[in-house]
Amino acid sequence: MVDPQTSSLGTSPDDVQFRFRDDEPVDHAQVTVDAFLEQSNSSAVRIEPGDDAQALIPHLDRIALVEVNFPVYGDGRGYSAARTLREAGYTGELRAVGDVLVDQLSNMRRCGFDSFAPDTPLDEADAKAAFERWPQHYQAGADTVRTIAQLRHE
Amino acid sequence: MYKYDEYDQQMVDARVDEFRDQVERRLAGKLTEDQFKPLRLMNGLYLQLHAYMLRVAIPYGTLSGAQMHILADIADKYDRGYGHFTTRQNIQYNWIKLEEAPDLMADLAKVEMHAIQTSGNCIRNISSDHFAGAAADELVDPRPYAELLRQWSSFHPEFMYLPRKFKIAVIASDTDRAAMRLHDIGIQIVEQNGELGAAFYVGGGMGRTPMIAPCIRDFVPLDQLVTYSEACLRVYNRHGRRDNKYKARIKILVHEMGAEEYTRQVEEEFAHLLDQGVEPPLAELERIRTFFEDPAFEDGPKTVDKSDPDFALWVERNTVRHKHDSYVSAVISLKPVGGIPGDATSAQMHLMADLATRFSFDECRVMHTQNIVLPHVKIVDLHALWTALNEAGLGEPNLDQVGDIIACPGLDYCSLANARSIPISQQISERFAANGKGDTLGELKLKISGCINACGHHHAGHIGILGVDKKGVENYQLLLGGSEAEDTSLAKITGPGFDEAGIVDAVETTADVYLREREDGERFLDTYRRIGMAPFKEALYG
Repeated sequence: MVDPQTSSLGTSPDDVQFRFRDDEPVDHAQVTVDAFLEQSNSSAVRIEPGDDAQALIPHLDRIALVEVNFPVYGDGRGYSAARTLREAGYTGELRAVGDVLVDQLSNMRRCGFDSFAPDTPLDEADAKAAFERWPQHYQAGADTVRTIAQLRHE
Repeated sequence: MYKYDEYDQQMVDARVDEFRDQVERRLAGKLTEDQFKPLRLMNGLYLQLHAYMLRVAIPYGTLSGAQMHILADIADKYDRGYGHFTTRQNIQYNWIKLEEAPDLMADLAKVEMHAIQTSGNCIRNISSDHFAGAAADELVDPRPYAELLRQWSSFHPEFMYLPRKFKIAVIASDTDRAAMRLHDIGIQIVEQNGELGAAFYVGGGMGRTPMIAPCIRDFVPLDQLVTYSEACLRVYNRHGRRDNKYKARIKILVHEMGAEEYTRQVEEEFAHLLDQGVEPPLAELERIRTFFEDPAFEDGPKTVDKSDPDFALWVERNTVRHKHDSYVSAVISLKPVGGIPGDATSAQMHLMADLATRFSFDECRVMHTQNIVLPHVKIVDLHALWTALNEAGLGEPNLDQVGDIIACPGLDYCSLANARSIPISQQISERFAANGKGDTLGELKLKISGCINACGHHHAGHIGILGVDKKGVENYQLLLGGSEAEDTSLAKITGPGFDEAGIVDAVETTADVYLREREDGERFLDTYRRIGMAPFKEALYG
């Protein structure tokens, strides 16, 4: 576990296994949501499951990286945090970190995550298959995919 | 009935491929059991006491004849020749092998069926009124709205890892046949100023902390139904407790936060989401509605010769008024005296499938009371139907009678259970058949759970029984006065529990108090509500 009090909070660009962006990754450490709101000139924030992603909304224009931690894969709060940020217009990097597993990748991607730094590196072929698993989607996501209902009524 | 188009079929086929891949990765050791568990659960696969149990989804309980035939074939091919219909209108198989499960899923997909999200901490199969489309008292058929929500909730990217499971029921009449207010979200389709909309009840449930859902909004316009549901779920996903699985259901959040504050947050999120384009076009709801139009009802005889008293009794008890006066809805009891509630053999399933095709526009329904309905039977066909049912042991005339018991699988199958449910149910139905009192009691809903999780709905029984473990011995608490209908109430415990023989006697004693005290036309529940617990306690413990 990373000690949230240390300056080396969060993952580095080297920890990222999958990234769906072309810009240069942020190369300085993330700060906690509380620290970010109190000080901060940082452009990188790390969200833990209990943190309120909505608190970041007034400051999105100066954030380039939000890292959302999944300490255990079964805690799904990070999915709503990601949606909340994307719906508020956040366009910077949104990185899923922690207990990120193959079978959660496609949903995370649809919720707006565009980089992934799993604690344990994933099998590349399994991950590729997971990202490409679903031909269509019933729900609107954080992407521009046409939903099945929209396709039916074009 | 709803029919899949290419998109629905693609999604279910993709799920079969994904699950096959997951099972292969599990068997190859790439997934630990801990990592695999939620994945198999989201495909309905539980590890039970003796084997894997598979729960197949039956959306809003509606099945075609062909689908019922496949359920029978699966019982033969992958199980031991029978299946168990559940209180959430699904079917469970108890003896499944993990390595065969992907093939089973593929067989289901061929008839537009699946086991998606029948377990796990996600939005479960949507349930509805088993008389939908047939009931004389409904505003509209509720199933198109349930289907819209089925699609919205299937593979929802944000809501697959909720704090806990999430159950939704949709009804469209004031008579509640789906225990709507005992769901995480209960929706009633209502009319206001000539417009249809949805009333939302949020935070009901049974389990160890039963609660009746408060109404948080009395009218959501139909073109905002998905958006409002999404707002309800997001607030829950954000704030639902994750520190204690027994306090993780939305009922606890609504209770602890207060319905007012929960509603305020939902409304705020809803206002935000209205601009986010999450709602399907209204044309989609209209497309779905076309699948639920009335079949071609024909005028015919409105009465039938009831000179055979056995037939007359079955008609009186097991058929229900239909919106077309030449038809009734006919209930096939899966509660023979001494039988296992909700179980059907493959031969019985094949027969019910054939009868659905022959007598009910190829449609049948699973009831939350673990029986099967043929929703649209011509009155003139009733004798032929009854004769065929009787020959197969399916003609028990006991709808809503004391023998029509809801029971969970209990300690005979379930790894969570503290006590057996099935043998108690069998002994009670045998007792009341043998002493003849069963026929004198009228409507009496008896529900048995083998543990505090309340899968047998004991909180909502006119008479409820809860099995507990008392120093290693099965012990049964008796509860009185519950109802899952529109007059929803939670049953209260009578006092100290009973052993296995004692609980059967206690139920009979309770019934005797009712028979002694009842006034004209009173059901058991009415008498209990009038006279209260004291006379029952006196008889049981005095």
